[in-house]
This record gives sequence, C-alpha cells and structure tokens, in this order.
Amino acid sequence: MIKSLLFIIFSSILVDNYVLTKFLGICPFLGVSKKTDTATGMGVAVTFVMLLATAATYPIYYLLLERFGLQYMQTIVFILVIASLVQLVEIILKKYIPALHKSLGIYLPLITTNCAVLGVAANNISDDFVTQAGSFGGGFLMALAAALGCGLGFLFAMILFAGVRSRVEKANPPKCFKGLPITLVSASILALTFYGFSGILESLFGLQ
Amino acid sequence: MIKAILTAAVLVTAIGLACAAVLVIAAIFMSVKENEAEKKIRECLPGANCGACGYTGCDGYAKALAESKNGQVKTNLCIPGADAVSHKISEILGVEFEDTVEQVATVRCCGDCDNTEKKALYSGMETCAAAKLIFGGDTACAYGCLGRGDCAAVCPHGAICLDDGIARVDARKCIGCGLCAKACPQKIIYLMPDVERQVVACSNKQKGADAVKVCKNACIGCGLCAKNCPTGAITVADNLASINYELCTRCGKCGEVCKRGCIRTADYSGKHRQKSAG
Repeated sequence: MIKSLLFIIFSSILVDNYVLTKFLGICPFLGVSKKTDTATGMGVAVTFVMLLATAATYPIYYLLLERFGLQYMQTIVFILVIASLVQLVEIILKKYIPALHKSLGIYLPLITTNCAVLGVAANNISDDFVTQAGSFGGGFLMALAAALGCGLGFLFAMILFAGVRSRVEKANPPKCFKGLPITLVSASILALTFYGFSGILESLFGLQ
Repeated sequence: MIKAILTAAVLVTAIGLACAAVLVIAAIFMSVKENEAEKKIRECLPGANCGACGYTGCDGYAKALAESKNGQVKTNLCIPGADAVSHKISEILGVEFEDTVEQVATVRCCGDCDNTEKKALYSGMETCAAAKLIFGGDTACAYGCLGRGDCAAVCPHGAICLDDGIARVDARKCIGCGLCAKACPQKIIYLMPDVERQVVACSNKQKGADAVKVCKNACIGCGLCAKNCPTGAITVADNLASINYELCTRCGKCGEVCKRGCIRTADYSGKHRQKSAG
C-alpha cells in the first residue's frame, strides 16, 4: 500500500505533472511565476486547496452522487463545493491564523475556480482508485496522495519556471521575443523536458 | 424521468444550501472586527499612496495610526494631505492636533542651456539614470541636473516640467511626497518647508576655478554670502555654500551679494498655506 501511495505521489509530480504534462492551471503558471517568492506562495496555496478539495469531493461523489446515480452532476457539484470550501478556509484562516492568511494573500480566493484544482478532484474519480485499492478507505487514501502529489508537482513547476523566467528576463532576448513570447517558448521547452520522465517511475518501483 | 430530474435538483440544491449554511455560520462566528477608526482614517487620507509618511501607502499609515497607543504614531505625517488631513485624523483619534510641515521639492541646480554646456553627445536611453552611467552624464557639470526627467516621470501630480535643459518644480502642484528626490540619480532634489526662502541653487563641489569653467551660475565657494549674512546662517563646505534654515531670517542679503547668481529666492506660491487657511 505504501509503495503504491509513493508511486502515485511521484508519478503525479514528475510524469503526470498537472501544469507541464496535462496543461491544467496554465493561468497561474504564467501569471504569478515572475518572482520565486510569489510563485512559492501560489504553489503552497494550490497544494493546500487541492488536498482539502479532494478530502471534500471524494466522499461526496461516492456517498451522495453515486448512490443516487447522479454521476453526470459531478462537475457542477464539485465547483460548488470547492468554491464554498475555499471561502470557508479563508474565513477560518483570517480568524485563527492571520499570519498564514496574510502570506497566502490574494492567491487563496484566486484559486477558487482554478482548473487544476477541479482537475484533481475530477481525475481522482476517473482514475477509479476504489477499484484499484479494493475499498473506499484505500481509494480515499490514494486520492489524497494523488492530490498531494499534484499540488507538489504544481509547486515544483512554479518554482522551476520562476527561476527560468528570472534568467530569461536578464538574458536580453530579441525585441520581438520579449515578454510573453519568450515566456511561452521557455514554458514549452520545460514541458518537453518533463516528457523525459515518462516510464522512469515504473522501472524505479519495479512495476515492469 | 421526472423522478431523476427531481432527485438531481433536490440533491444539488441541498448541497448548495448546506455549503451556504456553513459559510453563514462561519461568517457570524468567526468574523474579524475591522477597526472603525482605521476605516475612517483611510477615508480622509488622500489615497496617493506616495509613501511620504514612511508607511506602505495610505492603508499602512491608517492601520499604524489606528493601532498606535498614546499617540506613538504622529498624525501629521501625511504631507500631501497637509493640515486639513492632520486635523481630521486628530479628531477621529481624539488626540491633539499637530501642525503638518508642508514641503515642496526644490531642484538645486540652475545650469540651464544658457549657463552650461554639454561635454559629450549622448544618444542612449533617455533617462537620467542611464545617462549618468556613462562618464557621470553628458553635462559639463558632473553635479548638475541631467535634464532627462526621471523626476518628472515619477511625479504623481505632474508638478515637474523640463525646461531649458533642467527640471523645474511647480510649487503649486507639488504635494511634497519626495518621490522625485528618490528618483534623482544626482541627488540634487531636496524637500524644503513650504515657505518663501533663499536657496543655494547649485550642487557643484568643484574648486572655484573648475566650477567657473563648467557653469556660469556655479557656486565657487567664495564665501561672500557667509560674510554678509547677518545671522551667520551660511557656511561654506566643499566649495559650496549651504544655508542653515534654523538661523535664516529670509532677509535676502545673500542673494544680493552673490556674484554668481546662484542664491535665489525660491518661488513658492504657498498652495499649502492657502489650504490650511481655508
């Protein structure tokens, strides 16, 4: 079980990276990756919300939606639940942990309807962890591991890209490439390098 | 069919209502009280976010004021808002009113096109900071205004214009935030209290003979002004006269005796004085 959890975490960081392989959450990836500290803040906030969102949506799907045969309402219900969850977290943080609330700042409400967060919740269902693990509890653990891995992968990609960007800004690219064009080019090269990781984990964990 | 639709509608509504209920309860029980005074103070601050008070913008100053005890944070730090704002803040906080020393920016250089020349042809980026990087700028005087308007670019009220090769401050528009003084790479813009007074409009520290060569109005440190000052407010250091405004009586004698014409009566039109009177 621990081995499969580790496998899920590492594969969602390296092989199935949400930003660089699945191309979800591109908006914050390009928007807040100018400085390393803001990129880290955003990454931590996304990781936190992904974990919470999975913890809330996974039981709701299996205990409510599947029982009443309403699987097709998944997206709407997930958006509803995630949005109100983030609001709740913000209220709680503001009251009890003002320091953390201040450091997460604007990023917390910004990721309310982030597609990467919704993507994690939806993919956890479509990956069918319940069948893989054999029980609801096992599947829930695996879903949480996947959410943690995806969040860490997002954080990893953000920090990497922030570093790349700060170098690129100073490199004085040709005028026609300045700003967004060179950013998109370097993002695509970074995404290509992540394809090099595919298959690496199966051999590492001895699954093939 | 109808049953399926109804189930979906009821379930999603129920989930939505449950979320709403949780949020409402959380908002009631975990609401953070916003400081009333802070809100009021923020409303009467001008909102220029210039940072002249020393805090991070108007929000930061309002917060510091609202949270300060025994008047640790002074109410007269907002220079753009002047006395009017200081009055309002003192009223809100119930502390004694303190007079704001309104300030205006002054450019200590009078090396315009008639008085000084360029020592080189510069064709790089049109900012003072960039021009200064190459041999200290293209003006003959290494201390003078470079005239490319870094100060004018940062001025939030458009109070600085570039005229005849040097920056000039319109005292009626100047709010005294000091952003221009920070932006000037030559460090020749100073904030001075907003009253009419004599100003040494030169920053040249070269020896007299060298200063004469670079600018017709350069201070040569001859000391005539110091000798003729009735209160001894003027001293000459580093070949440059400077006025101690605590001793200065604004008699204007120094300007009369100065052979170089670099001590001038600054043209302050007293915008702030009008404001506090009215």
